[in-house]
Amino acid sequence: MAELSIVEAINDAFHVELERDPSVMVLGEDVGRAGGVFRATAGLRDKFGPDRCFDTPLAEAGILGSAIGLCMAGWRPVCEMQYDAFSYPCLDQLITHVGRYRWRTGGKMSFPLVVRMPYGGGVRAPELHDDSPETYYVHTPGVKVAIPSTPSDAKGILTAAIRDPDPVVVLEPKLHYRTLKGEVPDGEHVVPLGKARLAREGDDVTLVAYGSMVPLCEQAADVLEDVSVEVLDIRTLKPLDEDALLASAAKTGRVVIVQEAPRVCGFAAELAAILAEKAILDLRGPVLRVTGYDVPYPYWQIEDAYMPSVERVTAAVRKLLDF
Amino acid sequence: MAQVLPAERDLRRVIGDADGAGDREVDGLGEQELLELYRSMVLLRTYDERSVVYHRQGRIGTYAIFWNHEAMQAGVVHALDDADWIFPSYRESAIGLLRGMPPTTVLSWWRGHPAGWWNPADYNVASICVPIATHVPHAAGLAWGKKLKGERACAVAFFGDGATSEGSFHEGANFAAVTGAPLILLCNNNQWAISTPLEAQTRAETLADKAIGYGMPGVRVDGTDVLACYEAAREAVARGRAGEGPTFIEALSYRSAPHATADDPRAYIDLDRVEEERKRECVGRFEGYLRRAGILHDDLAESIRVEAADAMRAGIAAAEAEPPADVSLVFEHAYVDPPSTFGSDLDELRRTLG
Ligand SMILES: Cc1ncc(C[n+]2csc(CCOP(=O)(O)OP(=O)(O)O)c2C)c(N)n1
Ligand SMILES: [Mg+2]
Repeated sequence: MAELSIVEAINDAFHVELERDPSVMVLGEDVGRAGGVFRATAGLRDKFGPDRCFDTPLAEAGILGSAIGLCMAGWRPVCEMQYDAFSYPCLDQLITHVGRYRWRTGGKMSFPLVVRMPYGGGVRAPELHDDSPETYYVHTPGVKVAIPSTPSDAKGILTAAIRDPDPVVVLEPKLHYRTLKGEVPDGEHVVPLGKARLAREGDDVTLVAYGSMVPLCEQAADVLEDVSVEVLDIRTLKPLDEDALLASAAKTGRVVIVQEAPRVCGFAAELAAILAEKAILDLRGPVLRVTGYDVPYPYWQIEDAYMPSVERVTAAVRKLLDF
Repeated sequence: MAQVLPAERDLRRVIGDADGAGDREVDGLGEQELLELYRSMVLLRTYDERSVVYHRQGRIGTYAIFWNHEAMQAGVVHALDDADWIFPSYRESAIGLLRGMPPTTVLSWWRGHPAGWWNPADYNVASICVPIATHVPHAAGLAWGKKLKGERACAVAFFGDGATSEGSFHEGANFAAVTGAPLILLCNNNQWAISTPLEAQTRAETLADKAIGYGMPGVRVDGTDVLACYEAAREAVARGRAGEGPTFIEALSYRSAPHATADDPRAYIDLDRVEEERKRECVGRFEGYLRRAGILHDDLAESIRVEAADAMRAGIAAAEAEPPADVSLVFEHAYVDPPSTFGSDLDELRRTLG
C-alpha cells in the first residue's frame, strides 16, 4: 500500500496495465511529451514508447473515432479528453458509433476502449474547465460510465475499465486530483464496475453521490452530529448497483441525492426514478435532490454559489427529517 | 469563381532585419499610422507582461500569455474597419483593447468576475472562445450573414496551429469558402499546442497549404513582423469586400512563453530555442524599424510605454474595485424568460448562504 493522490493512483494504474497487457495504449492531447496537463500519464511515453502513449493532433472526434478503428485492429485504446467540456467534440463519435458498433456487428466485435477525463468545478478556472457532463455519456446506450471518488477507486476503476470488453467512460474528480490522498494497493488492483461503495454507515438518512460530491457528503455527515447519516458512493453510474441503492433506502427510509451537474435530467433524476419505482414503500419522505443549477457553469468568482454546499445538503437532510 | 492559387510558401516580410533584405515601406501607412500601430503593440505587450505579474501576485487567475503574438494581433486589427468583426480565442483575450475596450474588462474576465463579459456588439469583438476552433464557423456565419445583407463588413477568426486539426476549423473554413464569406482565417502558427509541436499536428509542409483544399488563397507571413501581417490582412480584407471570399493567413511565430501561467514548458521545449526567439520578439523588431526610419525616438517610446503602463495600473485598480458579484447572477442571462424554477432556486441558495 502506498499513500497516493487520485492523479498518482491513475498514473499507477496506467503503469501496471501497460506493463501487463501489450495491447493497451494511451492516446490524447499532450499525454506523451508532457505526461498530460494533470500528469496522469507521466512517464508512460519514456517507459513504453511514443506509440503506446501517443500525442494526438488536437481533435477529440479524431481521438475517439480512431480509437474505434484501433479496437478493430486489436488494440485497447485509452483516450484522454483534456477537460470535461473539451470532450464535447467527441460526442458525435460516442453517440453515433462507440455505443452502437458492437450492436451493429451482431455482438461479433468488441470495442474495449476507455475514455477518461478530469471533470467538475471549484477550481477557479476560465470558462468551460468545470463541467459535469456525465449525463451526456450515461444517456448513451452501449457505453458504461464510472466516476471514482477516492485514490484507491480511481486506480481500481480505471483498471477495470481498461480490462472491460465494452466502452467505458471514466470521469475523474479534478477538484480532488491532488488534494485527496489515500492508501492505494500496489500492483494489480481491480474495483469491479457495477459495485457501489458504502462510504459511511448510518440509519437515519442516506446521502447518495459519486465523484467529488462524495467527500462533500461526508463533510455534511460530520456536521449533522445528531443524525446517523449513511453515505453511498455509487461509483459506477452504468451499470448501476441497484441492490446497494435499494438496500440503503430500505434501511434509512430517507434519501438525498447530491450531484454537481445541472438538475434537469441529471443522474440524480434517474436514481430518484428507480427509488420511486422500486422503493416507494420503504420511503418515509420524498427523495430530495441537491444539484447544480440549470445554468451555464458560472464565472469563477461566484462558482461556489453554484456548487452543492454542505449547507445545502444539510438543509435538505433537515427538511427530509422534518417531513 | 475565384481562382485557386497555390499557397505562397515564402514568408512575407516588410521589416528587413531578419533576412538582410532591408526595410520596405507599406503603401498608405504614414508616420501617424505607424505610430498608432506601435502604440497598439505596446499596449498589448504591457497588458500581457503586467498580467503575468498580476497572476503571480494572485490578482488574476490562470492567464493565457500572448507575449510575441502582439504583431499579428495589432497588424490584423489595424487592417480592419471598426465595423469588421473579430473572433478571438483565449490567446487574443485583450484584442478588444484595440477597439477601445478598457483593460479592466479583460482583467475582470481573467479574474472570473462577470464584469469581464462584454457585449460583442459594443466593439464588434466576439466573446473569448475557449474550446479550440469552435468559433471558426461563428466567424464564417457572421461574414456570410453580413454579405447576405449587403453590408460591407468582414470578419477575422484567430486560432492556433493546433486548431487546424479540429473538425470545427475544417467546417468553418469550408463554409466560408462555399458561401464566399468575407472572412480572414488568421492562423497563429506559434508552432506549439501546449506541449504538442507542429510536426505532431500536421504533415502539411505549411499550414497555408491547407487553403488549397478549400479553394481559397493561402498566405504565409512572418507573424512577428507587424507590417507584413498588416499588409496581408489588408489584401484579404480587400478581397473579401470585393466579393472574392475568404483568405487563409498563416502568421508564423514561435511561442516564446509558457502556454499559460499554469504550464511549465521545461518538460517539452528547447529553452535555447526559446531564448533565440525571444531576441527577435515582435515589439522590439518594429521599434527597430521605426527608429531606422527616424519616426521613433527615446522620448516618444518612453511616453508610449508610460501611457500603456498607466492604463494597466488604472485597469487593475478598477477591476479590483468592482463590487463582488452577487450570487443572483448565477441565474441571470441564460434566458430571456428564465424557467420558473430559478426563483425558488435562488431563494434556497440565499437561505443556505445564511
Ligand atoms: C476542444 C478543445 N480541446 C482541448 C482544449 C485544451 N487546450 C487549450 S489550448 C490547447 C492548445 C491549442 O493550441 P493552438 O491551437 O496551437 O493554439 P495556441 O494555444 O498555441 O495559441 C489545448 C489542447 C481546448 N481548449 N478545447
Ligand atoms: Mg499554437
